[in-house]
Amino acid sequence: MNSTATELNRKVFLILISIVVLLCSLLLPNTTYSQVDTFEFDTEEQQDRFRTLSDELRCPMCQNSSLSGSTGGVAEDLRREVHRMIMEGMSDSEIIQFMFERYGDFILFRPRLTAGTVFLWFGPLLFLFIGGLFAFGIWRRARTITDSDTELDKTQQKRLQQLLGDKT
Amino acid sequence: MSKLSFYLPVLGFVFVAIALWRGLYLDTKTLPSMLIDKPMPNFELTSVEGSGVSNLDLPDQIFLLNVWGSYCLPCLIEHPTLMRLSEEGEIPVVGVNYRDRQDLAIDWLADNGNPFSFSILDESGRFGIDLGVYGAPETYLVDANGVIRFRHVSVLDESVWQEKFLPAIAELLEEGS
Repeated sequence: MNSTATELNRKVFLILISIVVLLCSLLLPNTTYSQVDTFEFDTEEQQDRFRTLSDELRCPMCQNSSLSGSTGGVAEDLRREVHRMIMEGMSDSEIIQFMFERYGDFILFRPRLTAGTVFLWFGPLLFLFIGGLFAFGIWRRARTITDSDTELDKTQQKRLQQLLGDKT
Repeated sequence: MSKLSFYLPVLGFVFVAIALWRGLYLDTKTLPSMLIDKPMPNFELTSVEGSGVSNLDLPDQIFLLNVWGSYCLPCLIEHPTLMRLSEEGEIPVVGVNYRDRQDLAIDWLADNGNPFSFSILDESGRFGIDLGVYGAPETYLVDANGVIRFRHVSVLDESVWQEKFLPAIAELLEEGS
């Protein structure tokens, strides 16, 4: 292994590391500001389910906020419905089904896997794969570079001297 | 090989650019209704006027279901169109008084005129959830069998009536005959 090749290898390695770090940062929890809920629950488990559901359901009116983070009228009504359904003993998937039947995929922050949402789910993986192919190609080529590839022969050496001489 | 590796990124760029450029003009505010081709949800409620109403009171012909509220300014903009449609007998209009107060709704109808055969009183917004409403005004086109066939979100003015509702109604009539 020679110096130029290791240098390039190191660069590719650094780029890959930064991509991984960037992707990991997406996994950090993001802060959401919840509406103060005045609902009463029998158990803590019910309250936890309410919080999770209203974070996972999206407000249809004020887009890009969850039910828990929205002051919109519909969001208020839907939070009340979620509370009612939890108290009536409905399961999470029944509640999500209820919302889906009325507001469609839009209301789910994690849309269902259907033909229409396949790209949404696996598109990023596809792009990661394409990027990986490119990175692999660069890495493979970098490995084959030898010092003789980057060394100048005598005529090139002379030309370089000429050019540098002209400038200084 | 070198040609391919030159054109591939260019093609990629063109593809992404077109996709993003289209994305700029996509309407992401109007959500598709889940109730298209589904029967109108069952209800047994009272009207703004105070009498009991249910699905049995709905017109047995093609009609409009208009979601409105006294707080809703765009509703005032579409109001003249609804008035004309109902006064000229072009199509019956049923109202859903959504997340409003009964007294305010009564005043609003007295001040502006009442184009509705009746208005379903939905103070809690619970009936609105069954319809998949996310804000007034919304207008649904319901066929003679009580099946929802089309939804328009936001103001229904004369041009929307001409361009969207008339063709949809013509299609329903064609399929019925």
